[in-house]
Amino acid sequence: MSTQLNDPLTRPLTKNIREDRRPTDMAAYEANDGYQSLHSTLGKRSPADCLQIIKDSNLRGRGGAGFPTGMKWSFVPMEDATPGHKYLVCNADEMEPGTFKDRWLLECDPHQLIEGMIISAYTLQADIGYIFIRSEYLLAAQLLREAIADCHAKGYLGDNILGSGFNFELHVHASAGRYICGEETALINSLEGKRANPRAKPPFPQVSGLWGRPTIVNNVETLCNIHHIVQHGAQWFQNLGIGSDAGTKLYGISGRVNKPGCWELPIGTPIRDIFALAGGMEQGYELRGFLPGGGSTDFLTPEHLDLAMDYDTIGKAGSRMGTGTMIVLDDKTCAVGFVKNLVEFFAQESCGFCTPCRDGLPWSAQVLDDIQQGRGTSEDMNTLARQIGFIGAIGNTHCALAPGAMEPLASGIQYFREDFERHLNNGHCPLCHEHNPKGKHDSQHKGQQGVSQGVAS
Amino acid sequence: MMSSQIIPSLSAAELADIDAEISHAPYKAAVAIDALKIVQSYRGWVSDESLKAIAQHLEMSPAELDGIATFYNLIFRQPVGEQVILLCNSVTCWIKGYEQIREQISQHLGVGLGETTTDKAYTFLPVTCLGACDKAPVMMVGDELHEHIDRNDLTQIFRSREQAQ
Ligand SMILES: Cc1cc2nc3c(=O)[nH]c(=O)nc-3n(C[C@H](O)[C@H](O)[C@H](O)COP(=O)(O)O)c2cc1C
Ligand code: SF4
Ligand code: FES
Repeated sequence: MSTQLNDPLTRPLTKNIREDRRPTDMAAYEANDGYQSLHSTLGKRSPADCLQIIKDSNLRGRGGAGFPTGMKWSFVPMEDATPGHKYLVCNADEMEPGTFKDRWLLECDPHQLIEGMIISAYTLQADIGYIFIRSEYLLAAQLLREAIADCHAKGYLGDNILGSGFNFELHVHASAGRYICGEETALINSLEGKRANPRAKPPFPQVSGLWGRPTIVNNVETLCNIHHIVQHGAQWFQNLGIGSDAGTKLYGISGRVNKPGCWELPIGTPIRDIFALAGGMEQGYELRGFLPGGGSTDFLTPEHLDLAMDYDTIGKAGSRMGTGTMIVLDDKTCAVGFVKNLVEFFAQESCGFCTPCRDGLPWSAQVLDDIQQGRGTSEDMNTLARQIGFIGAIGNTHCALAPGAMEPLASGIQYFREDFERHLNNGHCPLCHEHNPKGKHDSQHKGQQGVSQGVAS
Repeated sequence: MMSSQIIPSLSAAELADIDAEISHAPYKAAVAIDALKIVQSYRGWVSDESLKAIAQHLEMSPAELDGIATFYNLIFRQPVGEQVILLCNSVTCWIKGYEQIREQISQHLGVGLGETTTDKAYTFLPVTCLGACDKAPVMMVGDELHEHIDRNDLTQIFRSREQAQ
């Protein structure tokens, strides 16, 4: 296979990434134009200029919601009446089921993220940064710590970076494992050493975030774009996209495809082309549907294959592009089991703050289990519909976790009702049997609680 | 209980690591999660004794610290084996045979999820999506990620470890 590196002008995010996933060290990074943006920006371009470039570029957040990054940043006060720290936080929690894109960037090119963060911090005039990384990404955390040390040695981090007068300290914070930490205000609470319950908004973190100070939280992939945009310009970035969105996007596919993987492609690439890169379905399996962007997005079906993978197109089709990493439902997997797995995940990961989520999601999971085990009735389908209506409505819960859990459930019932009917009518499903011949279903929650709770409690 | 009655049980190394975190935090309790992880990295888990000692060092109540400790999935408040097995049970790994693999590991080690083998070598836990779905099914044994565990005889993973000891 080719060991050639990707073209830096059309595949900026993966230009240093090799097939063997070897990490790019400082020397290799700098040899391929690394830290050029740093040299040409700090002290040479005003932060306001940089912000304007990001705004003009039409970059949208890659963490799932697709919020315009420039607009988000513009709420950070630049002339602060109460001087003090400003924070830039990289969200490297990546725990959305089916999502494996940030790990790739972190493990293969840690310096890219650091350069992106330095330019972002300069733009925002933030003096302290954190990389909030999930506990299990041990290799990535170690590489980042080494890369940060290398940057200090070179004068790229610390006080008066490259003589520009700009100071920036960067710390790696490894999480202790909880999906809700990925929600940005919960992440801030966790960074403060607390339980990761989301905060009420307003105040927005841009104004009052970490320790009450202005804070920006962005996804790994978002931040990796910043220095490329500042270096090559907003127009260059806009031209990278195929449709209305700008830039490239990391797209991934997992499930029963021949070559599951992750690729950097122009944003707006047709879904069918991404499936082609994955080598199509495994022999003996047919595509029935897929979640386009992680576990909390609505199912799409083969009829949607020609859609462009961008925020608006996928939104109009009734789903969300989310993280851009697709999960495939094949014809030998039962949609009831698939959806139950996801709802159990969200039920387990509920932070417990609000009732519809804390008590509603375990109830949905229980109803799905009843249906799967052949104990379900048609009344259970009505119960699920009521739960979807209530829990799925934005505004009934304190954060987006619970509504996100309802997306695969609602669309799963919509598109794959026959799977639910089969369980209700026959009490037995050959596809589920195939998965679990002995029919033993340990509760996910029970296994986890085995050790994270104290003996006495 | 009065704080003066608590016998500090943190080692010098643990205290040094925790203090290094405190050095760039605005107040001590802000490093609660780091401190729990540090102690766990030395002892494998966080006992009631350790919890009280950490709380005292961070100038917070043990109850508050326990509320934090039990919130997070990877802070262990019970003893665990020498290595923790984290078997991914999220959707892609489930599609690719999680349930059968769970059964195989259970049979091989003689424990169910949430349990520790009698020789204290392994604790067997489920974990949510490990961000390696393109290599599904996956699990971590200790610090190491094992990919495509359906393709190999996964009991080999444990056997080779046993032999190494
Ligand atoms: C329950 C929940 C989990 C989330 N997990 C993540 C995550 O792991 N990584 C991430 O970047 N964003 C995650 N988000 C989105 C963040 O709240 C936030 O919108 C994002 O980090 C902003 O970055 P961006 O604008 O660069 O996309 C999550 C949101 C919710 C509601
Ligand atoms: S929706 Fe769930 S995760 Fe979000 S605040 Fe409420 S209980 Fe917590
Ligand atoms: S589902 Fe197992 S690694 Fe993502």
